[in-house]
Amino acid sequence: MADCGAADGPVKKDDIVRAKNEGKELTKEEKQRLRKEKKHQKKQKDEKRPSERAKEKKPVAPSQPVATQPPTQKAPTVLPASAPIPVPASGAPSHSSPAPSPADKPAKSRAEQKAERRARQDADRASKQQSCFSSSKTKAPPSELNPVVKRLPEHVQVDDPAVVKRLAKKLERQQIPLRSDYGYKVSLFSHLHQYSRKAPLTQQLSIPSTVIHPSIVRLGLQYSQGIVVGSNARSVALLHAFKQVIRDYTTPPNEELARDLVNKLKPYISFLNQCRPLSASMGNAIKYIKKEISNIPSQFKEEEAKTKLQKCIDCYINENVVLAAKAISKYAIKKISDGDVILVYGCSSLVNHILCEAYDKSRKFRVIVVDSRPRLEGREALRRLVQRGISCTYVLISALSYILPEVSKVFLGAHALLANGYVMSRVGTSQIALVARTFNVPVLVCCETYKFCERVQTDSFVSNELDDPDDLMVTRKGKTQLENWHDVSSLGLLNLVYDVTPPDFVDLVITDLGMIPCTSVPVVLRVKNLEQ
Amino acid sequence: MELQAVLMAAGGGSRMMDLTYNTPKPLLPVGNKPLIWYPLNLLERVGFEEVIVITTKEVQKMISTDPKVKLDVKMKLDLVCIQEDADMGTADALRHIQQKVKTDVLVVSCDLITDAALHEVVDLFRAHNATLSMLMSKAHEFTETVPGQKGKKKTGEQRDFVGVDGTGKRLLFMANEADLDEGVVIRKSIMRKHPRMHIKTGLVDAHLYCLKKSVVDFLADNKSISSIRGELVPYLVRKQFSKSTNSPKVIDETHQNLKKNDSNVNLEIQISSRDEELLHLTQERSCWNDHRGDMSDAYHGGRLRCYVHIMDEGICYRVNTLAAYIEANRLAPKLFDEPAVHPSAVVSERCLIGADSIIGASCQISDKTSIKRSTIGVSTTVREKVKVTNSIIMHGVTIEEGCNIQGSVICSNAVIGRGADIKYCLVGSAQRIEPDGEHTTMSKACSA
Repeated sequence: MADCGAADGPVKKDDIVRAKNEGKELTKEEKQRLRKEKKHQKKQKDEKRPSERAKEKKPVAPSQPVATQPPTQKAPTVLPASAPIPVPASGAPSHSSPAPSPADKPAKSRAEQKAERRARQDADRASKQQSCFSSSKTKAPPSELNPVVKRLPEHVQVDDPAVVKRLAKKLERQQIPLRSDYGYKVSLFSHLHQYSRKAPLTQQLSIPSTVIHPSIVRLGLQYSQGIVVGSNARSVALLHAFKQVIRDYTTPPNEELARDLVNKLKPYISFLNQCRPLSASMGNAIKYIKKEISNIPSQFKEEEAKTKLQKCIDCYINENVVLAAKAISKYAIKKISDGDVILVYGCSSLVNHILCEAYDKSRKFRVIVVDSRPRLEGREALRRLVQRGISCTYVLISALSYILPEVSKVFLGAHALLANGYVMSRVGTSQIALVARTFNVPVLVCCETYKFCERVQTDSFVSNELDDPDDLMVTRKGKTQLENWHDVSSLGLLNLVYDVTPPDFVDLVITDLGMIPCTSVPVVLRVKNLEQ
Repeated sequence: MELQAVLMAAGGGSRMMDLTYNTPKPLLPVGNKPLIWYPLNLLERVGFEEVIVITTKEVQKMISTDPKVKLDVKMKLDLVCIQEDADMGTADALRHIQQKVKTDVLVVSCDLITDAALHEVVDLFRAHNATLSMLMSKAHEFTETVPGQKGKKKTGEQRDFVGVDGTGKRLLFMANEADLDEGVVIRKSIMRKHPRMHIKTGLVDAHLYCLKKSVVDFLADNKSISSIRGELVPYLVRKQFSKSTNSPKVIDETHQNLKKNDSNVNLEIQISSRDEELLHLTQERSCWNDHRGDMSDAYHGGRLRCYVHIMDEGICYRVNTLAAYIEANRLAPKLFDEPAVHPSAVVSERCLIGADSIIGASCQISDKTSIKRSTIGVSTTVREKVKVTNSIIMHGVTIEEGCNIQGSVICSNAVIGRGADIKYCLVGSAQRIEPDGEHTTMSKACSA
């Protein structure tokens, strides 16, 4: 018992050393590994319970070597414990200091195990915090590590029935209806959800919605019907809905606002995910709001807490959307000179903002708006620019290579910037970047930092969004050619929403932190995480 | 709470006085259930837990003793009585319950029988933050001969002109023939904003409206509006395009100036005006527009929007005329799957009951009767050798032997004498038809 603990010890120490050298990206894996080991040890303990009873009555001697182990590991733990480094709060309440428990209950082998584990985790945390300040970019290939499988998100495993069942169970528990997939899916993308706009999720909800807050239902409807489109708009609308949820929230008796409110938000987030997969900016906003809620000190009264949260939300939106747009425009305007011909794609709220600001600062330029089916968002961009007075040309993406010789710069918006420098944006953006590179036209991507995401992706297949395939049907002169596409068994309609552009095609990323190259995204992410 | 349901059950049934002089309209039996059961069932199916029912004292008494309503309806019914002779319109009734209205309302009429998917109407209301959202249906021709009417008389139902935009969802124009003097007048401002408008006339208004709370508050101040259907809805549709509502001052803000004492109302508006900024930011950043071709923003910058959901298929009837009543009786069985013959009815073996007939509880059907496409009410006695075809027999009726009833409506507690031959007649409540009488196409109502 104590032996098995000791046996695990050296193995773990090796891993810890390896982890020290491997930068922060692997902390999640480590945590998972530790969790797994905990479970494993629990299982072993349960098996060994009968035999433990016999060993329990051993004299204090065996506990001594165990007790000596924690003190040796206590030394490094004491140091960081004194320094005010924020330790993940969820772990804190369950971890008391390692010293008292083994000394108090030498007979109980479980406590010894727990103590060892706690000590080891504290040591890990200490080593992690020490190493994070001096991170090296050397990454050992994942196969060398303990084989911990990083769990894939559920929304990219739709063709796995076990995952779908798990999702259905989770939704049932949260009392949210499950939205069923629609139509034949092209085989390369059969691992993604595909929903129909004509079958909204509200069909299965009761009309005065009691389970889900009405503003969340409204938001979900607006997402699924495409009334709120665009990364910024979706995050702002999400936070607005959360404000209303918080306003109408009352803490049930015997519950703490910090914990209960987060649990209340979970089914809402599942519901919104069912209406339309969450965007990276929304994910970051949710992380922020959850952190703010759990950091509410328990002595705050309900009203105080609610006003504080509302202020936090306003602050977040102001900083990350409004002020960031101003900062980005400032930098971007430096890059726009008189006589420029600027190419934009689709309708990016940020790029439109930049161009309008540049026009107001009396820069002389003209814009070419490139558009693509089926969304034809470029028409809205065209309307907004022409309304301001900017002279525009409008082409479809098929005319891109014909129009590019005229272009001096390309400004693109982004849905998210991935950790390996790839730009995730509306489908078609990678084509624009590719052709622009061929013509040696500089490509500038404008993106706020709150859209930076820790995901890594090198192709557009793994994680994407499939829109309603019926959008591809168009009626011309009274005839809809694809009307009966369901009947043709070998025909599949694919309506992709996003694609990823490699960093080689992007010359500059303009963010509110300044103008950075695409490959500096991980640095920004790291700096942001440190600030938190 | 998102929506409150309000059921208007105080109407008199002025277009079918023969039926309603004795039984109030909400309690007329349709398929052996009181008429009010249908909208209540619709609301219950959709998920409402409470309904405010506005009705008269008489109806209230009868509802509280009616077994069907008591047993089947699980929702909480909040019955509000109004004076029968006060001649209140539907809007007046809404004004009456203004204090009870805390959120947006869903107003339903008691004579609506439909299997529509209500979420379509409410989704329009939610998604576009609309002020009004309503349900309409393509009208079906009534094929049954109406008893008591000689020939196919055009009932003089005035047509409604409904104008919708290209998507078929936004309501642009609504006028009743009665209000138009010479022709349909459409303002230029509407045509400039929506150059393509589809005007439809063959639509039935289901009298199902989703209204914002601010509309109810607005009604409280404008006492001149007394009917929702006739005055409020056309007013709101017109107001969409009036210049004043397109500026920041909207109906609810003018209301705010008037009711400074009511802190609740003020608070709502204050909160909404703070959040308005975020909503405005969202709309600014979102690249969606409801129309294209001109330079204006989504919704043309208008704050007041009216939407309509037009049902193509499905049942949607307003039982406010005799013809509709008969048609509804034919189709009502399709809406629920209770057995056609009530288990407590005593039906002898040698009678022929067609598949589309309904026999009510505690009936006594004797030998050699033939009942086809008819509805027999509760506690009705049908003696031998009676042929009932295409008819509606209400509760407590006694039909003696040898009668032949075709295409008629027999109201409650009537007695049809032996051997009577009744074709296309309407027999009023508690009337007696003398034996061996032959009546065709007449209406025998109360003669007092």
